[in-house]
Amino acid sequence: MDLANLVAQDRAGKVFLTVLTIAAVSISSLNLLVPESSALHLSTFTVTVAGKYLSYALLALAVDLVWGYCGILSLGHGAFFALGGYAMGMHMMRQIGERGVYGNALLPDFMVFLNWKELPWYWLGFDHFCFALLMVVLVPGALACLFGWLAFRSRVTGVYLSIITQALTYALMLAFFRNEMGFGGNNGLTDFKDILGCNLQKDGTRVAIFLLTALSLGVGYVASRFVVASKMGRVVTAIRDAESRTRFIGYQVEHFKLWIFVFSAVMAGIAGALYVPQVGIINPSEFSPLNSLELVIWVAVGGRGTLYGAVLGAVLVNYAKTVFTGVLPEVWLFALGGLFVSVTLFMPDGLVGLAQKWFRVWGLNLKQRSNA
Amino acid sequence: MMKLIDTPPKTVCWETLLFLLASCLCAIALMLAGLAPARADALADAVNPLPSIPMLGMEQAITRLANVQDPRVPGVLKALRDGRLFTIKTSGRMVFADPKDDGFKLADALSGEALGEAERFDIKKVAVNNALRNVLNAAIARLELDAPDARQRLKAVESVSQNPNPETLSLLAKQLPLEKDGAVREAIQVALALADLAGPDKALRSKAIHALEGNLNQDVRNRLAALQEKTDAGDYIEADSGIRNLAAVALKKIEFKLELNHLGETLFFGLSLGAVLVLAAIGLAITFGVMGVINMAHGELMMLGAYTTYVVQMLMPNSIDLSLFVAIPAAFMITALVGIGIERGIIRFLYGRPLETLLATFGLSLVLQQLVRSVFSPLNRSVSTPSWMSGSLEINSALSLTLNRFYIILFSLLVFLALLAILKKTRLGLEVRAVAQNRAMAKAMGIRTDWVDAMTFGLGSGIAGVAGVALSQLTNVGPNLGQAYIVDSFMVVVFGGVGNLWGTLVGGLTLGVADKILEPYAGTVLAKILMLVFIILFIQKRPRGLFPQKGRATEA
Amino acid sequence: MNRVVRIHDTIDDSDGVASPELDTVHGPILYLEDVTVSFDGFRALNLLSLYIDDGELRCIIGPNGAGKTTMMDVITGKTRPDQGTVFFGQTIDLLQLDEPAIAQAGIGRKFQKPSVFEQLNVFENLELAMHTDKRVWPTLFARLQPAQRESIAEVLETVGLTAQRRDRAGSLSHGQKQWLEIGMLLMQKPKLLLVDEPVAGMTHQETERTAELLLSLAGKHSVVVVEHDMEFVRSIARKVTVLHEGSVLTEGTMDEVQNHPRVIEVYLGA
Repeated sequence: MDLANLVAQDRAGKVFLTVLTIAAVSISSLNLLVPESSALHLSTFTVTVAGKYLSYALLALAVDLVWGYCGILSLGHGAFFALGGYAMGMHMMRQIGERGVYGNALLPDFMVFLNWKELPWYWLGFDHFCFALLMVVLVPGALACLFGWLAFRSRVTGVYLSIITQALTYALMLAFFRNEMGFGGNNGLTDFKDILGCNLQKDGTRVAIFLLTALSLGVGYVASRFVVASKMGRVVTAIRDAESRTRFIGYQVEHFKLWIFVFSAVMAGIAGALYVPQVGIINPSEFSPLNSLELVIWVAVGGRGTLYGAVLGAVLVNYAKTVFTGVLPEVWLFALGGLFVSVTLFMPDGLVGLAQKWFRVWGLNLKQRSNA
Repeated sequence: MMKLIDTPPKTVCWETLLFLLASCLCAIALMLAGLAPARADALADAVNPLPSIPMLGMEQAITRLANVQDPRVPGVLKALRDGRLFTIKTSGRMVFADPKDDGFKLADALSGEALGEAERFDIKKVAVNNALRNVLNAAIARLELDAPDARQRLKAVESVSQNPNPETLSLLAKQLPLEKDGAVREAIQVALALADLAGPDKALRSKAIHALEGNLNQDVRNRLAALQEKTDAGDYIEADSGIRNLAAVALKKIEFKLELNHLGETLFFGLSLGAVLVLAAIGLAITFGVMGVINMAHGELMMLGAYTTYVVQMLMPNSIDLSLFVAIPAAFMITALVGIGIERGIIRFLYGRPLETLLATFGLSLVLQQLVRSVFSPLNRSVSTPSWMSGSLEINSALSLTLNRFYIILFSLLVFLALLAILKKTRLGLEVRAVAQNRAMAKAMGIRTDWVDAMTFGLGSGIAGVAGVALSQLTNVGPNLGQAYIVDSFMVVVFGGVGNLWGTLVGGLTLGVADKILEPYAGTVLAKILMLVFIILFIQKRPRGLFPQKGRATEA
Repeated sequence: MNRVVRIHDTIDDSDGVASPELDTVHGPILYLEDVTVSFDGFRALNLLSLYIDDGELRCIIGPNGAGKTTMMDVITGKTRPDQGTVFFGQTIDLLQLDEPAIAQAGIGRKFQKPSVFEQLNVFENLELAMHTDKRVWPTLFARLQPAQRESIAEVLETVGLTAQRRDRAGSLSHGQKQWLEIGMLLMQKPKLLLVDEPVAGMTHQETERTAELLLSLAGKHSVVVVEHDMEFVRSIARKVTVLHEGSVLTEGTMDEVQNHPRVIEVYLGA
């Protein structure tokens, strides 16, 4: 199954990729090519927000892979996202160099503030962009591998697994809050100046990161699509629906779960790495269990097990969050809570499921009308 | 005295009031005219001549003073010892004088009446020398050792022990066989042993060290430790190596005992934390274990229980002591009703879909949190502790247990036993267990399973509310109260094993104790992380927890 | 552990698929010796010893609770016995393997309750069951070869589901699900088939077809059938084993077994 074939067979995917391309091109050109005086001009802030949504969408894709297809409800994917973000943040921290408040060429400001004399060993190497990229992939991947190996091997499933993943991200949050960990404690990493020599405040850099995020989302979608359309996709679906039966026809269920869990964690890490330069900060609150639960609801709202539904959900819910927290901040938690309840009760297949149902009814009506 | 008359009971009529007024006035007049001078006389006779008595006659004068039967005598003796007893040069009046600013603040030595301030030149000190101070100390000690209040006697022993002299020590020795109070007896023994230790007689010293073994008194430890010290030149201050070694052994024993006490304290803290965890988790264990429903809003139900306590206390501000007895049933009822509402409104549509239930109840928890934030405030509310729960239980000088934690341990055991009784002894419990084991069969036998579900969930939620009442006595009550405990209580359930209340009890207490044992070495946060890691590793070995449900039914 | 490694190293016949080396030179393909399983004190299997010959078709009957399903659980790795040995051929110690490894070693199982993958269609169900390399990476890049398509088509034909091959398995009738499961079993190309109540919920005609199918499989494969339907057992059985209270009560032809006094006692409660 080559890529062209893969895309050609996926109608919804074609629509999604087209919309993504159009959105990416038009948003960036409305910012760069249309003069600021024009009514059509999009502010750089808007571009950044859109980029943030797209990195969330990539994260949602990762969650949909494990939850929608393999039935693993991970309440800890925020942790992989945050780890990817921290890896990128550490690189940008090292890039600040002497421009920090304390002007220390080697140590980030918060370490100088804590009176540290030396760079901790785990900060070494992060001055190289390629090393940081490697860590963006490796750290979440390795954690997912270790954790997944332990959890799946002992056949922890269902809500048990969810609770344990939540405990994982909770533990990491507590750990990263500690100053002694050497990741900036409470405040996290911030005050980034540039990436690959480009000033992060410049419009051009921002648009470039936005486009890169859009591209990653596209690639992430195609890769996920490849996985779910492969025989492995069918095996993980089989695991989701009847785990022990899958064992009895000869599949090492644990290995498949572990593979898809790690794949998904790496994707989440990449999403985090794209997110951090756009929002300009990464702190331990990204590890909070609430975050991980929120991103599960994006997927549920969009419709799980469809990939593009996850993207849709991530963008819609986050747009709603931006609007709500701007206008009526106290209503947001009511709305989010209500969303959790109503989605699970009334639209288990999300917006995509709802739309499919409408289309079916509509199509049926059309058929009846043409028959009449 | 006048104040009493100012605020007569409102129901009392005029005549009575007048009568009362009159009789009070009479009483005061009598006291002033007759009683007080009569009593003051003996004391005044003993005190007033003091300034004129020569040093040689002082001892006798002091003895005479000490023999006056008057509660004010020890005060005067102490003032004399401490050089606070003065006489006003012009009037010869005896006063207590305390330095203040440049001058002295005066108070009448007999009546205690404040007399304003005076210059140094206006007053003259009644002088005593060291020999007399010893006499005074002995006299004071004798007086105080006879005091009727055991606490006062204890204080007297301590003060004697701090600057001992032969007279006071012999007094202590005489007092020892007469003393009834255990604590005072022990203090006397310690004081005598310490005095022996300070003496020259080697046999007495080693006997004293034996007597002091295992004593947790801070003084004892310091004195024994002092025997081990070296001078700057590197020689031992204590020359006798036998004594030194004995002291070292005794010190070791004391330290071991201290260690034990410290362990006891840690254990107590751990048990109390564990008790809280058990309270928080046991409701979860019911809904999770019996119904297979994971209720992420459980923490918020606890929060509601805590807020119920707060509201109850607002409603009855004058009887805080009783408020908990109102709050416990109130919290149970309220959270049970909310729980039944949740079950009927949401959860029953999601049976068999545990992951969806998890999400829906999580959404609910957000709503409840925000609701409390909007209704009360995002800030923490403080709930008062009833007087009978404050204070602490002193086991010995190194170990004291705070009462509120003690009651919480007791309370959580009570709740646990009550729950056990409900499940084992009542019809509801029987039906709950039947439904848990075989839903279809229970249904076929005519058990209204939906009613049982609602009641089970209500029971679990009600217990969450009760747990909230307990929590309100330990931490601040705020909208985030539930979140802080939810992960921990899930860990307890996972660790203890689903569907087994004993598992929850043992699991909760174990985790609580382990957490407190780790804390001093690793710090609060790291201890928590270690616990989480431990549980993740633990379920490698025992995926179904400490007390798994066995049998073929669980294999599916 | 050595054995596990060896299993993955050795290569079996036609498909070029890693598969353990099955040694049946001494006759029996399956050895169960002194197997005991207890749940909470209840002995589901009590020192059970049983031998199945290569190519044999064996029926196992017994009242409820005799331990038939538990025996299958032990063979397929679902339940670990407290004691006893279970060997597949001369060399493969089944107690050392987990469920997937046992399945890949050549033991296929049809469950009592039809369990197919309801969200997948009939074709995909068979594709998943197909005997092939089932490790992660090969599965990710697997593409159906013409020969494999052919064999799926053949099985579809055998179980009579060719017309339904694009239907979701969840939408099939109970009987069709039974057939699909038998089809999945065939796709696995097992050397030993464990079939738990194959004809429950089947019509009379279907039952006959199942009997035919099982008979045709015997010889090339070894088949163990657990069934309550005595008529069905009589129609296929050559050798029948009666289980009672976790151990073998008697073995023999259907007639021998039916006339055995202990069997009559156990079944009729006399």
